[in-house]
Amino acid sequence: MSMNRRQFLKIAGVSTVLGIGGGTVITGLRKTGLEASQVSPDPRALKAKRWGFVVDVSKLKSDEDYQKCIDACHGIHNVPDIGNPKDEVKWIWKDTYERTFPTTSEDELMNKELKEKKFFLFCNHCAQPACVRVCPTKATFKRQDGVVMQDMHRCIGCRFCMAACPFGARSFNYRDPRPFIKKENMQFPTRMIGVVEKCTMCYERLAIGQQPACAEASNGAILFGDLDDPNSAVRKVIASKFTIRRKPELGTQPSIYYVIGGADHA
Amino acid sequence: MKNAGTIVIVVVVGFVAFFGFPFYYNIGKANEAPKLKFDTPAILEWEKVNGKKECVEPKEFMRGEHMQLLNQWRDSVVRNGDRVYVNSQGRSFTMSFQNTCMNCHSNKKDFCDKCHNYLGVKPYCWGCHIAPKEKQS
Amino acid sequence: MLEKALVGSKRYWLWLGVLTAIIGVALIQYLRQYSYGLGLTGLSRDVSWGLYIGQFTFLVGVAASAVMLVIPYYLHDFKKFGKIVILGEFLAVSAVIMCILFIFVDMGQPTRIMNVVLNPTPNSVMFWDFIVLSGYLILNIVIGWTTLAADRKGVRPPQWVKPLIYLSVPWAVSIHTVTAFLYAGIPGRHFWLTAVMAARFLASAFSGGPALLIILALLVRRFTKFDPGQEAIQAVGKIVTYAMFANVFLLGLEFFTAFYSNIPGHMHPFKYLYTGLEGHGRLVPLMWTSSIMAVVSLVLLVFPGLRRNEKILAFACISLFISLWIDKGFGLIIGGFIPNMFEGVTEYWPTGPESIITLGVWAVGFLILTVLYKVAASVREETAGMPENH
Repeated sequence: MSMNRRQFLKIAGVSTVLGIGGGTVITGLRKTGLEASQVSPDPRALKAKRWGFVVDVSKLKSDEDYQKCIDACHGIHNVPDIGNPKDEVKWIWKDTYERTFPTTSEDELMNKELKEKKFFLFCNHCAQPACVRVCPTKATFKRQDGVVMQDMHRCIGCRFCMAACPFGARSFNYRDPRPFIKKENMQFPTRMIGVVEKCTMCYERLAIGQQPACAEASNGAILFGDLDDPNSAVRKVIASKFTIRRKPELGTQPSIYYVIGGADHA
Repeated sequence: MKNAGTIVIVVVVGFVAFFGFPFYYNIGKANEAPKLKFDTPAILEWEKVNGKKECVEPKEFMRGEHMQLLNQWRDSVVRNGDRVYVNSQGRSFTMSFQNTCMNCHSNKKDFCDKCHNYLGVKPYCWGCHIAPKEKQS
Repeated sequence: MLEKALVGSKRYWLWLGVLTAIIGVALIQYLRQYSYGLGLTGLSRDVSWGLYIGQFTFLVGVAASAVMLVIPYYLHDFKKFGKIVILGEFLAVSAVIMCILFIFVDMGQPTRIMNVVLNPTPNSVMFWDFIVLSGYLILNIVIGWTTLAADRKGVRPPQWVKPLIYLSVPWAVSIHTVTAFLYAGIPGRHFWLTAVMAARFLASAFSGGPALLIILALLVRRFTKFDPGQEAIQAVGKIVTYAMFANVFLLGLEFFTAFYSNIPGHMHPFKYLYTGLEGHGRLVPLMWTSSIMAVVSLVLLVFPGLRRNEKILAFACISLFISLWIDKGFGLIIGGFIPNMFEGVTEYWPTGPESIITLGVWAVGFLILTVLYKVAASVREETAGMPENH
């Protein structure tokens, strides 16, 4: 194919704009590690097919009991306390039955005590997570063990996941969180502006054989275990008591089960 | 256009003059290469126990490829859940930028910043990862 | 041909100067937002998309509307659109660029935008939106530029453009369908979870876009010697009328489903937008303004006698455009977030910097549009009287 100067300049111009052809040379990525190096999980790591929780708030007696769990989580994960609802960042929090289960509480006659009872809310780590489906960069993704993970390095801050999550579990860093962290945990990173964050099921603790911090601090109100194992503690409670999940009609298959009605009368 | 040739020459000369400024401005001035410090307590302790100063991989590799190594560590920990790194000598380390790397190199200002500033690069590591508390040297 | 944009009247340069000044002010505000974060906007944890994404959505419609000229002209050989079709293609170019800019200013970490390409994720609608929008931009630049260049020389455009023109038809539909899928596939947002979302988007696009085009065509005729043709403008007026009726009809369907089914979750966003919910009703006046302007425009458009008067046509088109701008560029996005996932109401209103940045993006769009239209008009002035050969 022959072309005159004019055509050549046209093509060259367009391809430069598009970043193809001349100008950009894509070199093969260099080897990142040395040949002999390898990676592996920590032998202490907890393993499961599908991690999940059972939340039984009847085991919490006072506001301090709730706060202990929230502080445990927010403290170790450097979650800022910004103090206004607009820019707020939270991983775990408490709210009324009415707001936790809005589709089931369109009922004027419902027991008022139950309606106002406080529940824990945090990421449901759904089996069919809508947030993972919509993320354009795989910054949020589902691990083999059921954890819905958030890679804050990769997040571009488009907030599609916040629109998609039916549980309001996600927070966006509308401003620099650093000044709002009272006491930094030097073992864990903070976040930067412009990324989405949420509960990561304490993946950093699971990796070294520890339970999630909220479960550990909850005095048995938050049970943690493998939903895929019929003999796990969580499965035994689900089998024997009346439990519900948030918005099950949306098909996301949440992994948090709530015990309703308290201690032993199912 | 009649004087197209002149215009092209003026534009090219102007371009070279403007964007070449850093080069000819610095001609003849030798810029001293940064001297990094390897004298943190953790590194000295390591030297005492192991008889030499060493990183997770040989010095030459780390100097050129630490960013790729860190990217690999990041993806391995965050995305695959693998957090133990066994290096080419068979020694294992926990892959953690904040807890492993910065534990030895707790002198960010005399180590990381020295080279990064010299080269004019601004990695965003510390936008999230908390740098060790240290005094300005 | 671009050299045509470098010579112009005083008024032309003044207009470009005004736009550049707005862009400059907006750029300063954007730099502030870049360093402080999106907290500078009115967005919140509950309403996480707002004016930016609304404008993006609206402008995808404007971009797609070029197809309303391409179909009659290229598929049905409707000769009267010969002069005006270039205006549609160039409008699409500037609209898509505005879309991309609105996405960009809405991102928390804009420097990581290439992550979308580096980690391609076919299950994400946003990934597809990225692809169809870039593709549409390239298609319209290539088609518009090539056909105009051929016209200038009084020759037929090269053969390879034809397939691209045919491709641009389904492609235009795809950009707005995929954009609708951003919303229509999300569980738990009742306002958006509707199968007619894509149809509604297309109907509003095919009325709002051509309405803007009529306004622009009238302006072009007024300020240049290039006349896109009275009959062409009237034909576009018909398209606007039909599409607007379809749009209002589809909106009516939404109301019926929400209120006849009596499902609270479906009714709440509509109540919030049109009557207020739990004592919050910031958007109510706006939404009613939109409804009234829609009705006014329809009344003026539906009677051919009125529509034929270009002053009335222009007024109707402005009214319609503002109506749709409010409905789609604002209400549609905000309505999806209210009430929130806990059935509470957190309201949203754009802040000053946010509005200035928005204005700045529009200014960029108009700058590009002005330059492209200047080129088109100059070429047409040169070749006045010659037939189009494509």
